[in-house]
Amino acid sequence: MIKAEWFYWLVGLIFLVMAVQMLRDRTNPKRYGTAAFWGLLGLGFVYGTWVADKSAPAEPLGAAVLAMVCLAGFGFTGRGRGTAATPEQREASAARWGGRLFVPALTIPVVALLCAVGVKRLSVGGEPVLQKGSETILGLGIGAVVALVVGMVMLREKKLSAPLHAGRSMLESMGWAMLLPQLLATLGTIFSVSGVGEQVRRITTAVLPDHSLYVAVAVYCVGMFLFTVVMGNGFAAFPVMTAAVGWPVLVVQEHGSAPAVLAIGMLAGFCGTLVTPMAANFNVVPAALLELKDQYGPIKAQLPTAVALLGCNIVIMALFAF
Amino acid sequence: MIVLLGVLVVVLGFATRRNPLLVVGAAGIVTGLLGGLSPQRVLAAFGTGFASSRAVTIFVITLPVIGLLERHGLQEQARRIVTRFAGLTAGRFLALYLLLRQIAAAVGLNNVFGHAQTVRPLAAPMAEGAAERRLGPLPEKAREKVRSFAASADNVGLFFGEDVFLAVGSILLITGFVNTTYQTHLEPLDLALWAIPTALCALAVHGWRLLRLDRTLERAVAADREEAVK
Repeated sequence: MIKAEWFYWLVGLIFLVMAVQMLRDRTNPKRYGTAAFWGLLGLGFVYGTWVADKSAPAEPLGAAVLAMVCLAGFGFTGRGRGTAATPEQREASAARWGGRLFVPALTIPVVALLCAVGVKRLSVGGEPVLQKGSETILGLGIGAVVALVVGMVMLREKKLSAPLHAGRSMLESMGWAMLLPQLLATLGTIFSVSGVGEQVRRITTAVLPDHSLYVAVAVYCVGMFLFTVVMGNGFAAFPVMTAAVGWPVLVVQEHGSAPAVLAIGMLAGFCGTLVTPMAANFNVVPAALLELKDQYGPIKAQLPTAVALLGCNIVIMALFAF
Repeated sequence: MIVLLGVLVVVLGFATRRNPLLVVGAAGIVTGLLGGLSPQRVLAAFGTGFASSRAVTIFVITLPVIGLLERHGLQEQARRIVTRFAGLTAGRFLALYLLLRQIAAAVGLNNVFGHAQTVRPLAAPMAEGAAERRLGPLPEKAREKVRSFAASADNVGLFFGEDVFLAVGSILLITGFVNTTYQTHLEPLDLALWAIPTALCALAVHGWRLLRLDRTLERAVAADREEAVK
Protein backbone atom coordinates (compact mmCIF):
# COMPACT_ATOMS: atom_id res chain seq x y z
CA MET A 1 0.00 0.00 0.00
CA ILE A 2 1.30 3.43 -0.92
CA LYS A 3 1.06 5.63 2.17
CA ALA A 4 0.77 9.38 2.57
CA GLU A 5 3.63 9.32 5.10
CA TRP A 6 6.05 8.24 2.35
CA PHE A 7 5.40 11.50 0.56
CA TYR A 8 5.79 13.51 3.77
CA TRP A 9 9.21 11.89 4.13
CA LEU A 10 9.98 12.74 0.53
CA VAL A 11 8.99 16.38 1.17
CA GLY A 12 11.13 16.30 4.34
CA LEU A 13 14.03 14.92 2.34
CA ILE A 14 13.60 17.62 -0.31
CA PHE A 15 13.73 20.29 2.43
CA LEU A 16 16.86 18.70 3.95
CA VAL A 17 18.72 18.46 0.64
CA MET A 18 17.76 22.05 -0.15
CA ALA A 19 18.97 23.10 3.32
CA VAL A 20 22.40 21.64 2.50
CA GLN A 21 22.39 23.51 -0.82
CA MET A 22 21.47 26.70 1.05
CA LEU A 23 24.27 26.18 3.57
CA ARG A 24 26.79 26.04 0.74
CA ASP A 25 25.33 29.00 -1.15
CA ARG A 26 27.75 31.86 -0.45
CA THR A 27 25.63 34.36 -2.37
CA ASN A 28 23.13 34.23 0.51
CA PRO A 29 24.21 36.69 3.24
CA LYS A 30 22.10 34.80 5.80
CA ARG A 31 22.90 31.27 4.72
CA TYR A 32 23.20 29.78 8.23
CA GLY A 33 19.80 31.00 9.40
CA THR A 34 18.20 30.02 6.11
CA ALA A 35 19.67 26.52 6.21
CA ALA A 36 18.61 26.13 9.86
CA PHE A 37 15.01 27.12 9.05
CA TRP A 38 14.58 24.71 6.13
CA GLY A 39 16.58 21.98 7.87
CA LEU A 40 14.28 22.12 10.91
CA LEU A 41 11.27 22.08 8.59
CA GLY A 42 12.62 18.96 6.87
CA LEU A 43 13.31 17.19 10.17
CA GLY A 44 9.86 18.19 11.43
CA PHE A 45 8.22 16.59 8.40
CA VAL A 46 9.89 13.27 9.10
CA TYR A 47 9.57 13.35 12.91
CA GLY A 48 5.93 14.38 12.48
CA THR A 49 5.11 10.84 11.38
CA TRP A 50 5.63 9.57 14.91
CA VAL A 51 3.94 12.56 16.52
CA ALA A 52 0.88 11.98 14.33
CA ASP A 53 0.59 8.34 15.45
CA LYS A 54 1.38 9.37 19.04
CA SER A 55 4.46 7.17 19.40
CA ALA A 56 6.81 10.11 20.00
CA PRO A 57 6.44 13.16 22.25
CA ALA A 58 5.11 16.28 20.51
CA GLU A 59 7.05 18.79 22.65
CA PRO A 60 10.38 18.62 20.73
CA LEU A 61 8.50 19.26 17.48
CA GLY A 62 6.66 22.17 19.13
CA ALA A 63 10.01 23.64 20.20
CA ALA A 64 11.32 23.22 16.65
CA VAL A 65 8.24 25.01 15.28
CA LEU A 66 8.78 27.94 17.66
CA ALA A 67 12.47 28.04 16.69
CA MET A 68 11.44 28.26 13.02
CA VAL A 69 8.98 31.03 13.89
CA CYS A 70 11.80 33.00 15.55
CA LEU A 71 14.31 32.35 12.75
CA ALA A 72 11.96 33.58 10.04
CA GLY A 73 10.05 36.12 12.15
CA PHE A 74 13.13 38.01 13.34
CA GLY A 75 14.75 38.10 9.91
CA PHE A 76 17.48 35.47 10.17
CA THR A 77 16.55 33.97 6.82
CA GLY A 78 17.39 35.27 3.36
CA ARG A 79 17.90 34.12 -0.18
CA GLY A 80 20.81 33.55 -2.48
CA ARG A 81 21.15 35.07 -5.91
CA GLY A 82 20.55 31.65 -7.40
CA THR A 83 21.59 30.51 -10.82
CA ALA A 84 18.34 31.26 -12.59
CA ALA A 85 18.43 31.24 -16.36
CA THR A 86 18.28 34.69 -17.95
CA PRO A 87 15.10 35.67 -19.79
CA GLU A 88 16.98 35.32 -23.09
CA GLN A 89 18.05 31.78 -22.27
CA ARG A 90 14.50 30.89 -21.29
CA GLU A 91 13.10 32.36 -24.52
CA ALA A 92 15.62 30.42 -26.57
CA SER A 93 14.85 27.23 -24.69
CA ALA A 94 11.10 27.78 -25.08
CA ALA A 95 11.62 28.18 -28.83
CA ARG A 96 13.67 24.98 -28.91
CA TRP A 97 11.34 22.74 -26.89
CA GLY A 98 8.05 24.41 -27.82
CA GLY A 99 4.84 22.67 -26.82
CA ARG A 100 6.71 19.64 -25.51
CA LEU A 101 7.39 21.62 -22.32
CA PHE A 102 3.72 21.17 -21.43
CA VAL A 103 4.01 17.39 -21.39
CA PRO A 104 5.69 17.04 -17.96
CA ALA A 105 3.67 19.99 -16.59
CA LEU A 106 0.40 18.37 -17.59
CA THR A 107 1.59 14.99 -16.33
CA ILE A 108 0.95 16.15 -12.76
CA PRO A 109 -2.80 16.84 -13.16
CA VAL A 110 -3.30 13.85 -15.48
CA VAL A 111 -1.70 11.39 -13.04
CA ALA A 112 -3.58 13.00 -10.13
CA LEU A 113 -6.77 12.49 -12.13
CA LEU A 114 -5.96 8.86 -12.90
CA CYS A 115 -5.22 8.16 -9.23
CA ALA A 116 -8.43 9.83 -8.10
CA VAL A 117 -10.73 7.96 -10.48
CA GLY A 118 -8.89 4.73 -11.38
CA VAL A 119 -6.06 3.60 -9.11
CA LYS A 120 -8.23 4.44 -6.09
CA ARG A 121 -10.34 1.36 -6.83
CA LEU A 122 -7.42 -1.03 -7.33
CA SER A 123 -6.32 -3.38 -4.62
CA VAL A 124 -3.59 -5.99 -4.45
CA GLY A 125 -4.04 -8.97 -2.15
CA GLY A 126 -7.11 -7.43 -0.51
CA GLU A 127 -5.20 -4.27 0.36
CA PRO A 128 -5.94 -1.04 -1.54
CA VAL A 129 -2.97 0.25 -3.56
CA LEU A 130 -3.49 3.79 -2.27
CA GLN A 131 -3.99 4.51 1.43
CA LYS A 132 -7.68 5.10 2.00
CA GLY A 133 -8.69 8.73 2.60
CA SER A 134 -5.39 10.09 1.25
CA GLU A 135 -6.00 9.39 -2.45
CA THR A 136 -5.90 13.02 -3.60
CA ILE A 137 -2.64 13.80 -1.78
CA LEU A 138 -1.12 10.60 -3.11
CA GLY A 139 -2.27 11.46 -6.63
CA LEU A 140 -0.48 14.80 -6.41
CA GLY A 141 2.67 13.22 -4.99
CA ILE A 142 2.81 10.39 -7.52
CA GLY A 143 2.04 12.85 -10.32
CA ALA A 144 4.93 15.08 -9.27
CA VAL A 145 7.40 12.20 -9.14
CA VAL A 146 6.30 10.83 -12.53
CA ALA A 147 6.43 14.34 -14.01
CA LEU A 148 9.96 14.84 -12.69
CA VAL A 149 11.13 11.62 -14.36
CA VAL A 150 9.37 12.52 -17.62
CA GLY A 151 10.82 16.05 -17.50
CA MET A 152 14.39 14.96 -16.79
CA VAL A 153 14.35 12.31 -19.52
CA MET A 154 12.79 14.67 -22.04
CA LEU A 155 15.13 17.58 -21.27
CA ARG A 156 18.12 15.18 -21.04
CA GLU A 157 18.90 16.46 -17.57
CA LYS A 158 21.10 13.91 -15.84
CA LYS A 159 21.77 15.57 -12.49
CA LEU A 160 19.02 15.45 -9.86
CA SER A 161 20.57 18.54 -8.29
CA ALA A 162 19.36 20.69 -11.21
CA PRO A 163 15.62 20.43 -10.45
CA LEU A 164 16.36 20.68 -6.72
CA HIS A 165 18.30 23.92 -7.23
CA ALA A 166 15.46 25.25 -9.39
CA GLY A 167 12.87 24.31 -6.78
CA ARG A 168 15.01 25.78 -4.03
CA SER A 169 15.00 29.26 -5.49
CA MET A 170 11.19 29.08 -5.58
CA LEU A 171 11.18 28.02 -1.91
CA GLU A 172 13.60 30.76 -0.90
CA SER A 173 11.47 33.39 -2.59
CA MET A 174 8.43 32.14 -0.67
CA GLY A 175 10.30 32.07 2.63
CA TRP A 176 8.23 32.24 5.81
CA ALA A 177 4.93 31.99 3.91
CA MET A 178 5.63 28.26 3.63
CA LEU A 179 5.24 27.66 7.35
CA LEU A 180 2.22 29.91 7.92
CA PRO A 181 -0.59 27.52 6.86
CA GLN A 182 0.58 24.83 9.26
CA LEU A 183 1.07 27.34 12.05
CA LEU A 184 -2.47 28.61 11.53
CA ALA A 185 -3.85 25.08 11.73
CA THR A 186 -2.16 24.88 15.13
CA LEU A 187 -3.68 28.18 16.22
CA GLY A 188 -7.11 26.84 15.29
CA THR A 189 -6.60 23.83 17.56
CA ILE A 190 -5.41 26.01 20.43
CA PHE A 191 -8.39 28.33 19.95
CA SER A 192 -10.84 25.47 20.24
CA VAL A 193 -9.09 23.82 23.21
CA SER A 194 -9.01 27.16 25.06
CA GLY A 195 -12.73 27.81 24.57
CA VAL A 196 -12.62 30.72 22.13
CA GLY A 197 -15.58 29.21 20.28
CA GLU A 198 -17.72 29.08 23.43
CA GLN A 199 -17.07 32.80 24.07
CA VAL A 200 -18.06 33.74 20.52
CA ARG A 201 -21.22 31.64 20.85
CA ARG A 202 -22.18 33.52 24.03
CA ILE A 203 -21.64 36.91 22.40
CA THR A 204 -23.66 35.91 19.33
CA THR A 205 -26.56 34.63 21.43
CA ALA A 206 -26.51 37.84 23.47
CA VAL A 207 -26.81 40.12 20.44
CA LEU A 208 -29.44 37.98 18.69
CA PRO A 209 -32.90 39.59 18.93
CA ASP A 210 -35.90 37.30 19.45
CA HIS A 211 -38.30 36.07 16.81
CA SER A 212 -37.02 37.73 13.73
CA LEU A 213 -36.37 35.16 11.05
CA TYR A 214 -34.52 37.34 8.58
CA VAL A 215 -32.28 38.85 11.21
CA ALA A 216 -31.44 35.37 12.47
CA VAL A 217 -30.57 34.23 8.92
CA ALA A 218 -28.32 37.26 8.50
CA VAL A 219 -26.69 36.73 11.90
CA TYR A 220 -25.97 33.07 11.09
CA CYS A 221 -24.45 33.84 7.68
CA VAL A 222 -22.54 36.96 8.72
CA GLY A 223 -21.41 35.17 11.88
CA MET A 224 -20.06 32.27 9.81
CA PHE A 225 -18.33 34.81 7.57
CA LEU A 226 -16.71 36.82 10.38
CA PHE A 227 -15.76 33.81 12.48
CA THR A 228 -14.14 32.24 9.42
CA VAL A 229 -12.18 35.44 8.79
CA VAL A 230 -10.82 35.24 12.33
CA MET A 231 -10.15 31.49 12.41
CA GLY A 232 -8.98 31.08 8.82
CA ASN A 233 -11.42 28.33 7.86
CA GLY A 234 -15.10 27.54 7.97
CA PHE A 235 -14.56 24.22 9.70
CA ALA A 236 -13.78 25.89 13.02
CA ALA A 237 -16.64 28.35 12.68
CA PHE A 238 -19.32 25.83 11.72
CA PRO A 239 -19.83 23.91 14.99
CA VAL A 240 -19.82 27.15 17.00
CA MET A 241 -22.26 29.16 14.89
CA THR A 242 -24.50 26.16 14.28
CA ALA A 243 -24.76 25.42 17.99
CA ALA A 244 -25.47 29.11 18.69
CA VAL A 245 -27.92 30.05 15.92
CA GLY A 246 -28.16 27.58 13.05
CA TRP A 247 -29.72 24.61 14.83
CA PRO A 248 -31.65 26.02 17.84
CA VAL A 249 -33.08 29.10 16.09
CA LEU A 250 -33.21 28.43 12.34
CA VAL A 251 -33.96 24.70 12.29
CA VAL A 252 -35.81 24.01 15.55
CA GLN A 253 -37.59 27.30 16.26
CA GLU A 254 -38.25 28.51 12.70
CA HIS A 255 -38.62 25.01 11.13
CA GLY A 256 -36.07 25.63 8.41
CA SER A 257 -34.94 22.82 6.17
CA ALA A 258 -31.83 21.50 7.93
CA PRO A 259 -29.77 20.56 4.82
CA ALA A 260 -30.44 23.95 3.21
CA VAL A 261 -29.64 25.98 6.33
CA LEU A 262 -26.45 24.11 7.12
CA ALA A 263 -25.08 23.77 3.58
CA ILE A 264 -25.64 27.44 2.81
CA GLY A 265 -24.28 28.45 6.22
CA MET A 266 -21.06 26.62 5.47
CA LEU A 267 -20.81 28.38 2.10
CA ALA A 268 -21.23 31.74 3.85
CA GLY A 269 -18.15 30.73 5.82
CA PHE A 270 -16.28 30.01 2.58
CA CYS A 271 -16.89 33.65 1.57
CA GLY A 272 -14.89 34.55 4.68
CA THR A 273 -12.06 32.26 3.62
CA LEU A 274 -11.70 34.35 0.45
CA VAL A 275 -10.83 37.52 2.35
CA THR A 276 -8.67 36.45 5.27
CA PRO A 277 -4.87 36.27 5.45
CA MET A 278 -5.49 33.57 8.09
CA ALA A 279 -6.31 31.22 5.19
CA ALA A 280 -2.66 31.48 4.23
CA ASN A 281 -2.50 28.48 1.93
CA PHE A 282 -5.17 30.00 -0.32
CA ASN A 283 -4.37 33.69 -0.03
CA VAL A 284 -0.81 34.36 1.16
CA VAL A 285 1.15 31.40 -0.24
CA PRO A 286 -0.16 32.02 -3.80
CA ALA A 287 0.92 35.68 -3.55
CA ALA A 288 4.41 34.44 -2.70
CA LEU A 289 4.31 31.76 -5.40
CA LEU A 290 3.32 34.33 -8.02
CA GLU A 291 6.00 36.72 -6.72
CA LEU A 292 3.53 39.53 -6.06
CA LYS A 293 4.77 42.70 -4.38
CA ASP A 294 1.44 43.08 -2.61
CA GLN A 295 0.91 40.01 -0.45
CA TYR A 296 -2.77 40.93 -0.15
CA GLY A 297 -3.23 41.00 -3.96
CA PRO A 298 -5.37 37.85 -4.17
CA ILE A 299 -7.52 38.97 -1.22
CA LYS A 300 -8.17 42.34 -2.90
CA ALA A 301 -9.15 40.54 -6.10
CA GLN A 302 -11.56 38.32 -4.15
CA LEU A 303 -13.12 40.83 -1.75
CA PRO A 304 -15.98 42.10 -3.97
CA THR A 305 -16.86 38.53 -5.01
CA ALA A 306 -16.87 37.40 -1.38
CA VAL A 307 -19.20 40.21 -0.27
CA ALA A 308 -21.56 39.63 -3.21
CA LEU A 309 -21.69 35.89 -2.55
CA LEU A 310 -22.33 36.44 1.16
CA GLY A 311 -25.36 38.48 0.09
CA CYS A 312 -26.41 35.70 -2.31
CA ASN A 313 -26.19 33.12 0.47
CA ILE A 314 -28.35 35.19 2.81
CA VAL A 315 -30.98 35.70 0.10
CA ILE A 316 -30.95 32.03 -1.01
CA MET A 317 -31.33 30.84 2.58
CA ALA A 318 -34.09 33.33 3.40
CA LEU A 319 -36.05 32.46 0.23
CA PHE A 320 -35.71 28.69 -0.02
CA ALA A 321 -34.92 27.24 3.39
CA PHE A 322 -38.22 28.12 5.13
CA MET B 1 -13.80 36.46 27.92
CA ILE B 2 -10.08 36.80 28.44
CA VAL B 3 -9.18 34.06 25.93
CA LEU B 4 -10.49 36.37 23.19
CA LEU B 5 -7.30 38.41 23.70
CA GLY B 6 -5.65 35.86 21.40
CA VAL B 7 -8.03 36.87 18.62
CA LEU B 8 -7.18 40.51 19.34
CA VAL B 9 -3.45 39.72 19.02
CA VAL B 10 -4.12 38.26 15.55
CA VAL B 11 -6.25 41.19 14.38
CA LEU B 12 -3.81 43.83 15.66
CA GLY B 13 -0.80 41.93 14.37
CA PHE B 14 -2.14 41.61 10.84
CA ALA B 15 -3.46 45.19 10.89
CA THR B 16 -0.04 46.59 11.83
CA ARG B 17 1.61 44.27 9.28
CA ARG B 18 3.95 42.52 11.69
CA ASN B 19 5.51 39.33 10.44
CA PRO B 20 2.57 36.86 10.29
CA LEU B 21 4.61 33.99 11.77
CA LEU B 22 5.35 36.02 14.89
CA VAL B 23 1.73 37.18 15.13
CA VAL B 24 0.30 33.68 14.90
CA GLY B 25 2.95 32.17 17.15
CA ALA B 26 2.35 34.83 19.82
CA ALA B 27 -1.43 34.48 19.54
CA GLY B 28 -1.15 30.72 20.03
CA ILE B 29 1.00 31.07 23.13
CA VAL B 30 -1.17 33.85 24.62
CA THR B 31 -4.45 32.01 23.99
CA GLY B 32 -3.11 28.70 25.24
CA LEU B 33 -1.76 30.14 28.49
CA LEU B 34 -4.87 32.29 29.12
CA GLY B 35 -7.04 29.26 28.36
CA GLY B 36 -5.36 27.43 31.21
CA LEU B 37 -2.94 25.20 29.31
CA SER B 38 0.44 24.52 30.89
CA PRO B 39 3.51 25.74 28.93
CA GLN B 40 4.32 22.12 28.18
CA ARG B 41 0.87 21.51 26.70
CA VAL B 42 1.16 24.66 24.58
CA LEU B 43 4.45 23.33 23.21
CA ALA B 44 2.85 19.95 22.53
CA ALA B 45 -0.07 21.69 20.78
CA PHE B 46 2.37 23.36 18.37
CA GLY B 47 3.99 19.98 17.70
CA THR B 48 0.78 18.03 17.06
CA GLY B 49 -0.69 20.91 15.06
CA PHE B 50 2.34 20.90 12.77
CA ALA B 51 2.37 17.11 12.40
CA SER B 52 -1.32 16.75 11.59
CA SER B 53 -1.40 19.62 9.08
CA ARG B 54 1.51 18.51 6.89
CA ALA B 55 -0.90 17.90 4.00
CA VAL B 56 -1.18 21.64 3.22
CA THR B 57 2.55 21.76 2.46
CA ILE B 58 2.57 18.66 0.23
CA PHE B 59 2.58 20.88 -2.89
CA VAL B 60 6.33 21.39 -2.32
CA ILE B 61 6.74 18.03 -3.98
CA THR B 62 5.84 19.64 -7.31
CA LEU B 63 8.38 22.47 -7.04
CA PRO B 64 11.49 20.64 -8.37
CA VAL B 65 9.81 19.64 -11.64
CA ILE B 66 8.02 22.99 -12.02
CA GLY B 67 11.32 24.79 -11.33
CA LEU B 68 13.16 22.65 -13.87
CA LEU B 69 10.54 23.29 -16.55
CA GLU B 70 10.48 27.01 -15.80
CA ARG B 71 14.23 27.15 -16.29
CA HIS B 72 13.63 25.65 -19.70
CA GLY B 73 11.10 28.31 -20.58
CA LEU B 74 7.72 26.83 -19.53
CA GLN B 75 6.23 30.22 -18.62
CA GLU B 76 7.53 31.79 -21.84
CA GLN B 77 6.01 28.97 -23.86
CA ALA B 78 2.70 29.29 -21.98
CA ARG B 79 2.67 33.01 -22.84
CA ARG B 80 3.52 32.33 -26.43
CA ILE B 81 0.89 29.66 -27.01
CA VAL B 82 -2.10 31.77 -25.95
CA THR B 83 -1.16 34.51 -28.39
CA ARG B 84 -2.09 32.10 -31.19
CA PHE B 85 -5.72 32.23 -30.17
CA ALA B 86 -7.16 35.47 -31.45
CA GLY B 87 -10.06 36.65 -29.31
CA LEU B 88 -8.73 35.00 -26.17
CA THR B 89 -8.32 37.83 -23.65
CA ALA B 90 -6.95 37.57 -20.13
CA GLY B 91 -10.46 37.88 -18.70
CA ARG B 92 -12.00 35.28 -21.01
CA PHE B 93 -9.15 32.88 -20.39
CA LEU B 94 -9.46 33.19 -16.60
CA ALA B 95 -13.25 32.84 -16.76
CA LEU B 96 -12.70 29.59 -18.63
CA TYR B 97 -10.18 28.49 -16.00
CA LEU B 98 -12.71 29.31 -13.27
CA LEU B 99 -15.33 27.14 -15.00
CA LEU B 100 -12.93 24.20 -15.42
CA ARG B 101 -11.69 24.49 -11.85
CA GLN B 102 -15.24 24.53 -10.52
CA ILE B 103 -16.36 21.53 -12.58
CA ALA B 104 -13.26 19.54 -11.57
CA ALA B 105 -13.87 20.33 -7.88
CA ALA B 106 -17.56 19.46 -8.20
CA VAL B 107 -16.65 15.94 -9.30
CA GLY B 108 -14.11 15.59 -6.49
CA LEU B 109 -10.88 16.35 -8.36
CA ASN B 110 -9.52 18.99 -5.99
CA ASN B 111 -5.81 18.43 -6.51
CA VAL B 112 -5.90 18.30 -10.30
CA PHE B 113 -5.60 22.09 -10.35
CA GLY B 114 -3.83 24.27 -7.79
CA HIS B 115 -1.64 27.32 -7.21
CA ALA B 116 1.67 25.43 -7.43
CA GLN B 117 0.80 22.93 -10.12
CA THR B 118 -1.34 24.96 -12.53
CA VAL B 119 -1.66 28.66 -11.60
CA ARG B 120 2.01 29.64 -11.39
CA PRO B 121 3.40 27.63 -14.31
CA LEU B 122 0.41 27.79 -16.68
CA ALA B 123 -2.68 29.89 -15.90
CA ALA B 124 -0.96 33.10 -14.72
CA PRO B 125 1.56 33.32 -17.61
CA MET B 126 -1.17 32.44 -20.12
CA ALA B 127 -3.41 35.20 -18.78
CA GLU B 128 -0.46 37.61 -18.90
CA GLY B 129 0.38 36.54 -22.44
CA ALA B 130 -3.21 37.08 -23.56
CA ALA B 131 -3.24 40.55 -21.98
CA GLU B 132 0.11 41.48 -23.53
CA ARG B 133 -0.99 40.42 -26.98
CA ARG B 134 -3.84 42.91 -26.85
CA LEU B 135 -2.33 45.74 -24.83
CA GLY B 136 1.44 45.50 -25.26
CA PRO B 137 3.87 45.33 -22.33
CA LEU B 138 1.99 45.53 -19.03
CA PRO B 139 2.92 48.06 -16.34
CA GLU B 140 3.81 46.57 -12.95
CA LYS B 141 0.41 47.23 -11.40
CA ALA B 142 -1.51 45.64 -14.24
CA ARG B 143 0.73 42.59 -14.15
CA GLU B 144 0.10 42.18 -10.40
CA LYS B 145 -3.61 42.50 -11.05
CA VAL B 146 -3.63 39.75 -13.69
CA ARG B 147 -1.71 37.41 -11.38
CA SER B 148 -3.94 38.19 -8.40
CA PHE B 149 -7.04 37.45 -10.47
CA ALA B 150 -5.48 34.20 -11.67
CA ALA B 151 -5.08 33.15 -8.02
CA SER B 152 -8.65 34.29 -7.28
CA ALA B 153 -10.09 32.22 -10.15
CA ASP B 154 -8.48 29.13 -8.64
CA ASN B 155 -9.78 29.85 -5.13
CA VAL B 156 -13.35 30.76 -6.09
CA GLY B 157 -13.59 27.75 -8.41
CA LEU B 158 -12.36 25.40 -5.71
CA PHE B 159 -14.40 26.75 -2.77
CA PHE B 160 -17.73 26.91 -4.59
CA GLY B 161 -17.23 23.73 -6.59
CA GLU B 162 -16.09 21.27 -3.95
CA ASP B 163 -19.24 21.41 -1.84
CA VAL B 164 -21.27 20.06 -4.75
CA PHE B 165 -19.25 16.86 -4.35
CA LEU B 166 -20.59 14.45 -1.72
CA ALA B 167 -17.44 13.15 -0.11
CA VAL B 168 -15.67 16.45 0.51
CA GLY B 169 -14.45 17.38 4.00
CA SER B 170 -16.90 20.20 4.66
CA ILE B 171 -19.98 18.11 3.76
CA LEU B 172 -18.77 15.26 5.94
CA LEU B 173 -18.07 17.73 8.74
CA ILE B 174 -21.65 18.99 8.58
CA THR B 175 -23.22 15.51 8.62
CA GLY B 176 -20.77 14.27 11.24
CA PHE B 177 -21.36 17.20 13.58
CA VAL B 178 -25.13 17.41 13.21
CA ASN B 179 -25.82 13.68 13.24
CA THR B 180 -23.88 13.11 16.44
CA THR B 181 -24.81 16.33 18.26
CA TYR B 182 -28.54 16.38 17.51
CA GLN B 183 -29.22 12.65 16.97
CA THR B 184 -30.72 13.18 13.56
CA HIS B 185 -29.90 11.83 10.14
CA LEU B 186 -28.78 14.11 7.32
CA GLU B 187 -27.78 12.71 3.94
CA PRO B 188 -24.66 14.14 2.25
CA LEU B 189 -26.63 14.23 -1.02
CA ASP B 190 -29.19 16.73 0.33
CA LEU B 191 -26.41 19.03 1.51
CA ALA B 192 -24.55 18.79 -1.80
CA LEU B 193 -27.71 19.70 -3.72
CA TRP B 194 -28.13 22.84 -1.62
CA ALA B 195 -24.60 23.90 -2.57
CA ILE B 196 -25.62 24.20 -6.23
CA PRO B 197 -27.46 27.58 -6.12
CA THR B 198 -24.47 29.29 -4.49
CA ALA B 199 -22.09 27.54 -6.91
CA LEU B 200 -24.02 29.04 -9.83
CA CYS B 201 -23.98 32.48 -8.19
CA ALA B 202 -20.21 32.20 -7.68
CA LEU B 203 -19.67 31.31 -11.33
CA ALA B 204 -21.85 34.22 -12.44
CA VAL B 205 -20.40 36.83 -10.05
CA HIS B 206 -16.73 35.97 -10.36
CA GLY B 207 -16.99 35.07 -14.04
CA TRP B 208 -18.50 38.48 -14.73
CA ARG B 209 -15.75 40.18 -12.71
CA LEU B 210 -13.09 38.25 -14.62
CA LEU B 211 -14.61 39.32 -17.95
CA ARG B 212 -14.58 42.93 -16.71
CA LEU B 213 -10.86 42.56 -15.92
CA ASP B 214 -10.04 43.25 -19.58
CA ARG B 215 -11.56 46.71 -19.38
CA THR B 216 -9.78 47.46 -16.07
CA LEU B 217 -6.49 46.46 -17.65
CA GLU B 218 -7.13 48.63 -20.71
CA ARG B 219 -7.68 51.61 -18.46
CA ALA B 220 -4.60 50.84 -16.34
CA VAL B 221 -2.39 50.59 -19.42
CA ALA B 222 -3.83 53.80 -20.90
CA ALA B 223 -3.29 55.66 -17.63
CA ASP B 224 0.27 54.37 -17.45
CA ARG B 225 0.99 55.60 -21.00
CA GLU B 226 -0.39 59.04 -20.19
CA GLU B 227 1.83 59.14 -17.13
CA ALA B 228 4.82 58.26 -19.28
CA VAL B 229 4.02 61.05 -21.77
CA LYS B 230 3.96 63.59 -18.96
